[in-house]
Amino acid sequence: MSPLYLARSKDIAARMLGDEMIIMSARDSTLFSLNEVGSVIWQAADGATPLGEIVERKICPEFDVEPEEALKDAEEFVRELAGHGILVISESPLGESRSKK
Amino acid sequence: MGQLAMAAYQVCIDIGGMPILVHTDNDEFARLLEDRYGKFVTADRPHAVTELDIELIKPGIVCDAEDVCVRRDAGRWVMERGDFRAEWDPQCHRGWVRQTPRPYAIDAVLRILHSLILAREGGFLVHAASAVRNGRAFLFAGVSGAGKTTICRLAPPDVVLLTDEISYVRGFRIQDSGFRNQESGVRSQNEDGQATLSPATCTSSLTPDTWHLTPAYAAFGTPFAGELARIGENLRAPLAVLYLLAQGPENRIEPVSDAEAVRGLLRNILFFAQDEELVEMIFQTVCDFVRRVPVRRLVFTPDARVWELIT
Repeated sequence: MSPLYLARSKDIAARMLGDEMIIMSARDSTLFSLNEVGSVIWQAADGATPLGEIVERKICPEFDVEPEEALKDAEEFVRELAGHGILVISESPLGESRSKK
Repeated sequence: MGQLAMAAYQVCIDIGGMPILVHTDNDEFARLLEDRYGKFVTADRPHAVTELDIELIKPGIVCDAEDVCVRRDAGRWVMERGDFRAEWDPQCHRGWVRQTPRPYAIDAVLRILHSLILAREGGFLVHAASAVRNGRAFLFAGVSGAGKTTICRLAPPDVVLLTDEISYVRGFRIQDSGFRNQESGVRSQNEDGQATLSPATCTSSLTPDTWHLTPAYAAFGTPFAGELARIGENLRAPLAVLYLLAQGPENRIEPVSDAEAVRGLLRNILFFAQDEELVEMIFQTVCDFVRRVPVRRLVFTPDARVWELIT
């Protein structure tokens, strides 16, 4: 399976509050809230690190989950966020300009 | 609309310390504005932050949009609804409104204009009742039916109502001594008016040994009434607590997390325009607000004893 790269959309505003990441779509003002695991993936979405590596290095050791299961869930998660337009995903690395801190 | 620059009548409506000067050729409409906005009509015309020319047309459909539609077009804001069409240029601080003679159109335009101006000023309009007690303002945020008007109806006599529907919140620098006494404090702030509204003016005109400036948020009265059908008092006070309203079997105050506070507040903020820059500004303001102002959930039953908790 090809690696999946992810970058935060430019059209969002986001802030970490406690252990939740609150994201607001600037396009339609929709509000999203990510839990701790989702927040880790969101923060690691730099356009250059494949999702598999994020899961292996940041999710599995921290949250004690099986790599295969975690990657499956993470893929489902990032595709859902991409569907909402707040994350950009690609099978090739994404430029920094596409992502937003 | 150029000819209306010489309009015969001018009414200056000052909401939230942001006077808007309205020009009209129709004396009846000018009187209607003065009656409707009462305590919010001011003689402070030179300090108007923006001016609007009103063109009245016969009752009917002005444009096809049923709901309010606000968009940016070549640097100007275009606002439309069935009963009005308006444009506002934020660079020139000037705009025009083509509307039917009913007051609801200008009321909607004022709400939209204030929300646009406030976004850049670090403030917002929010679906919330607000009231002043002991010199401090309390906000009660909630959607329609949450109990905003009920809270206002239950308020004891020492409470001054700012609005039962749309609250006006601005980031503010408070003169520490200015709000100690509700009546004299708030009134003296109003008399100072423009001199204290701008942080830049504050820091340059006040001496450090006599004034202590604290960045905070303030709530202002508004003429935007809900079911109570009564315009608020035209005064301001530093914001003490924002309560997210929830009805329940008893009166109690519950803590909420910062994330919950941001979500609860954003749900109630008036967003007229799906504009990326605007959304970003308001989001950052709300996150800052939650860091500085306590946000709690107020579970209440329709009973005057709820005000025993609001001190």
